[in-house]
Amino acid sequence: MPAETTAPSADGRTVLDARDISRALTRIAHEILERNKGAGDLVLLGIPTRGVPLARRIAAKIAAVEGVDIPVGSLDVTMYRDDLRMRPARTLLPTDIPQDGIDGKTVVLVDDVLFSGRTIRAALDAMNDVGRPRSVRLAVLVDRGHRELPIRADFVGKNLPTSLVEKVSVRLEEFDGADAVLISGGVTDGEEESA
Amino acid sequence: MNRHLLSTGDLTRDDAELILETAAELRSLADRPIKKLPALRGRTVVNLFFEDSTRTRISFEAAAKRLSADVINFAAKGSSLSKGESLKDTALTLEAMGADAVVVRHWASGAPHLLAHSGWVRSSVVNAGDGTHEHPTQALLDAFTMWRHLASGSSGLDGRRIAIVGDVLHSRVARSNALLLRTLGAEVTLVAPPTLLPVGVESWDAETSYDLDAVLPKSDAVMMLRVQRERMNAAFFPTQREYSRRYGLDARRMAMLQDHTIVMHPGPMIRGMEITADVADSDRSVIVEQVTNGVAVRMAVLYLLLSGNESDAGRTPEVGIPHPETTRPESDGGPA
Repeated sequence: MPAETTAPSADGRTVLDARDISRALTRIAHEILERNKGAGDLVLLGIPTRGVPLARRIAAKIAAVEGVDIPVGSLDVTMYRDDLRMRPARTLLPTDIPQDGIDGKTVVLVDDVLFSGRTIRAALDAMNDVGRPRSVRLAVLVDRGHRELPIRADFVGKNLPTSLVEKVSVRLEEFDGADAVLISGGVTDGEEESA
Repeated sequence: MNRHLLSTGDLTRDDAELILETAAELRSLADRPIKKLPALRGRTVVNLFFEDSTRTRISFEAAAKRLSADVINFAAKGSSLSKGESLKDTALTLEAMGADAVVVRHWASGAPHLLAHSGWVRSSVVNAGDGTHEHPTQALLDAFTMWRHLASGSSGLDGRRIAIVGDVLHSRVARSNALLLRTLGAEVTLVAPPTLLPVGVESWDAETSYDLDAVLPKSDAVMMLRVQRERMNAAFFPTQREYSRRYGLDARRMAMLQDHTIVMHPGPMIRGMEITADVADSDRSVIVEQVTNGVAVRMAVLYLLLSGNESDAGRTPEVGIPHPETTRPESDGGPA
């Protein structure tokens, strides 16, 4: 896939700008509706911090297409991480499950970057303690590869091949003042350095 | 944050706010069908109680169990402690059992400090009340309750006026609260008869008053303390009746409070002594909520003290669980 125009900055190379992100989310919203055959029984759960505004934006786009407001919540996975013992205590983030719960619903988990897959595993465990959805799907803005667990996304904004030394950062209006996906560090031409 | 929680005086404002914010997230767990989180799976929390306390012990027990820790209750009655074993030998026993945290309640002020700094145990020590000294988790749950009711915007409890009324002399809750509430920016007034104020109270960062009626209209929260008869070895006031007339909270005094003012009590309360039944059961009373908040705050404390400090947790290497990173067979799944 040919790369977009590279705009180098102090923080790295921009791979998605605001309009790219908006288009990707629009496509994800349509794909979710197509796969679900409408907006019935859908619940979007964002993984804090950046998954939550992304979930809200997808919900807004679904509302624009279908005219239905679907429930949006957030699901903190901190307590379910497998590296809790190895790091200093992490701050908990809000969990906010929509009023009607998730039992029997189709839950779409939303996160910004899919990397090792460990966050998603933790999210699946966390969801287990909240209810029993009919099915769970995963939507991510960026899939950067390097999975350590057998997990894949159903809806991907952009597949971004990266090397392990590179850093992918997603900036969103809500937190950072502007929308962008940046890649920094590693080799500039995107060559894989290590296997 | 510190590895032990011995005194609220050790907490910086950031520490205290981190505990309150963590507790706020954990409190929502009480509304969920499965009230359990896996954060402390495989950790051991020992409740070491040298003094009777049902509510604090079950609160800590519920908190540890909701975080999936294993809980061992060690009460003085009916154990070797009542046979004359020293604190040191008890501590060495706990260390040998591999406790990650020791929650200690002791009749002697300073016992948890000794346990934490003697080198007898490597676990985190949580003070669950020592003598007439401190009871930090009670102060944290009180502050959390006030924070939920009184905090406006980002200023938290800044400038809020809290009256602590009653037996300040024997109260570890009063001392811990006075220290913590000052750290959080609130103004504390201690109200008690002169005989029930401790020596050196003028060095506390709090005002004192003998006149409850003058303090009540200005207060945002009123915390009533129990008169601790079991610790009284002298006459501190003439009669119970006189005490409750001058320092008890009744319907007449409750009518003097501002509309938003909450009434608190750390429990156990003596109805008819420091608080009348109609006040304890009124809409202003948050006494039952304090108990619910207690579990959330203790979960927050255990989580923040225990998660991520595996290296220095009380576990001997030979019985340690193998580190998952180092034991993962690297050759598995490679190209054959």
